[in-house]
Amino acid sequence: MSMKHQTPLLDELEKGTFPSFVKEIKRAAEHSDYAQDLLGLLELSYKEKVTHWKHGGIVGVRGYGAGVIGRYSDVPDQFPGVAHFHTVRVNQPSGFFYTTKALREICDIWDKYGSGLTNMHGSTGDIILLGTKTENLEPAFAELSSRGWDLGGSGSAVRTPSCCVGAARCEWANIDTMSITHEITQHYQDEMHRPAFPYKFKFKVAGCAVDCIASIARADMSIIGTWRGDIQIDQGEVKNYAQGGMDIQKEIVEMCPTECISWDGSELKINNEDCNRCMHCIAKMTKALRPGPEKGATILLGSKAPIVTGALMSWVIVPFMKMEPPYDELFDLVDRIWEWWDEHGKNRERVGELIERLSFTRFLKDVGLDPQPAMVKEPRRDPFFFWSEEDVEK
Amino acid sequence: MEKEELKKIIYELVEKSMGKKKLKQSDILKKVSADHGVDKSEVKAALRELMDAGELIFTYFGGSFVEIPPKE
Repeated sequence: MSMKHQTPLLDELEKGTFPSFVKEIKRAAEHSDYAQDLLGLLELSYKEKVTHWKHGGIVGVRGYGAGVIGRYSDVPDQFPGVAHFHTVRVNQPSGFFYTTKALREICDIWDKYGSGLTNMHGSTGDIILLGTKTENLEPAFAELSSRGWDLGGSGSAVRTPSCCVGAARCEWANIDTMSITHEITQHYQDEMHRPAFPYKFKFKVAGCAVDCIASIARADMSIIGTWRGDIQIDQGEVKNYAQGGMDIQKEIVEMCPTECISWDGSELKINNEDCNRCMHCIAKMTKALRPGPEKGATILLGSKAPIVTGALMSWVIVPFMKMEPPYDELFDLVDRIWEWWDEHGKNRERVGELIERLSFTRFLKDVGLDPQPAMVKEPRRDPFFFWSEEDVEK
Repeated sequence: MEKEELKKIIYELVEKSMGKKKLKQSDILKKVSADHGVDKSEVKAALRELMDAGELIFTYFGGSFVEIPPKE
């Protein structure tokens, strides 16, 4: 298929050695009208320096309120191929494990019903299928469903939970991130497909404090693997690292954020009471140091990107929770948080913003959590001062 | 309360609010539950049937709302 539109500005972005989105869209345009007109529309946007997309509206598959993001062009007569260009979010498996056959099936479905363009993966973690018409949504969904796929979350719903690869491919995982994510996904199917909240709610599960999925910055609820007890030290392996050229004083001791490690040239000591379980030393000396024997997770709440108000980082609400199936303690906590958010949250107010507005002490009180030292987020963010009206009067 | 009756109450609530206020699912659960003394889970189940039948739909305009689908 020859190109319908001249794209001199976009062509500039094909140059260079890096992968180019323009190159990919042009490849799709060889067999897709959607991609042809997408190039034309994008060239127009570059030329006029304005977007020609409209967002939202009434679009979806029957019974679901999430999983499809409506996109319409404001110049449909000029570019009919992208008059509708809806995005379909497909729930990815935990840890992004697929067979090549499964990916081919998805791509074949998308070549049949959509533009042939995808994002692997969207920032929430879903498989993103970019661009289709309203009338193709139901058949595409039916075909995806028949092969065992389901839509992910969008709008004011639970967003598709995601996690790091955890114990499936990483030696540092303190919790089974894949199982937790799978169980959260199954448990909250209704909340994911039928938006019932003031705004979105994201779960991300990280196996350790290295936090490869950046849950502490991106998830309303960050579940981060940790441990109780002392870090286990193999002094022989510590010496091997030293003999192998590692400067333990510089790379381990001086990099410890709580200064709880000492090294005299023959023995490594850790004052575990002062350790904040950041994983730096364990990640650097994996053979010599192992987490303590009792594994679990720290639960944090409230991070978000800066859309409505500024960016927030998650805040510790449970310093240590055992994470074992069926995860009832976690689900019970989540239900209490949602009830509180539902009761007090304004439209488009994330749970972290609500905590900022009503205070962390109020949150702890209403949700029934006891204040603990690990909840101190920064100076003057202390959860302990529960002044009651009577106290103030005194 | 019978589920059919509950479905009728929900539909009428959404119908009355059209053009005045966009209702979120939680608004419907709270209002119907409080006005008719029905458990929220029952209201949710009835609402889900209305959604599955296509009598009500979710829309998105800076938040997700429950509305009556536009007539073709």
